[in-house]
Amino acid sequence: MNDLDAAFSALADSTRRAILARLAKGEATVNELAKPFEMTQPAISQHLKVLEDAGLIVRRIEGTKRPRRLANSGIEAMDQWLAMLRNALEKNYDRLDGVLAGIEKQK
Amino acid sequence: MSKMTFKTEGDKHLIVTRRFAAPPEAVYRAHTDPKLIQKWLLGPEGWSMPVCINEARPGGKIRYEWTNGKGGGFHLTGEYLELEPYRRIVHVERMHLPDPTPDNHVDTRFDPDGKGTLITMRMTLPNAQTRAAMLATGMEHGMEASYVRLEGMI
Repeated sequence: MNDLDAAFSALADSTRRAILARLAKGEATVNELAKPFEMTQPAISQHLKVLEDAGLIVRRIEGTKRPRRLANSGIEAMDQWLAMLRNALEKNYDRLDGVLAGIEKQK
Repeated sequence: MSKMTFKTEGDKHLIVTRRFAAPPEAVYRAHTDPKLIQKWLLGPEGWSMPVCINEARPGGKIRYEWTNGKGGGFHLTGEYLELEPYRRIVHVERMHLPDPTPDNHVDTRFDPDGKGTLITMRMTLPNAQTRAAMLATGMEHGMEASYVRLEGMI
């Protein structure tokens, strides 16, 4: 089992979530990941390490390359992240329903 | 059933809709009066908005600061471009995480819907890449205010 706290901490960074989104489309090397994000390889590698330590991605060895792909727990963590966002927004709007009901009463 | 809908439009747009039981005047006020905003724009339990600056006039500033009371926090800034009282608000906003995200141009309409209001938020991002990044970070499930709160929460 993957530690959910570590997964969510890893997901708290927008670059790392974007990396996961990219990997959701398929395997990619550090080079391939560095290009669209306009980051240096060491910077990308640092993000990859955090994602790997959190169990969200795994690496494969292919000659001198180390392509990364999304781990199953990575997909689950993304789903949970999205569910949390949806809940937060719906909570906002549910609260707004209450605020509006209060305004109507004051009339 | 969620009353909220979301869809993308073209390369750069995101559309969010939500119905409310109150008339447009009240819903508009809840989006522009700092005292009301501080009651609902909070995200998960335990978060609050100690700083809420909302100058609802063209050129007016927006600044929301959130905290979880345990040292976690972040903020959003923006500027108003156009306001048609009770009908429409146009503003730009960006999150500070702490680096500012690209500007999100938001056109919010408040349309009468029976006795209630239909809100339509049309967001325009600078380009397809920025929108893709926002989608990747959960934007399809709502507006970024909630998203920002979550950013700071964990």
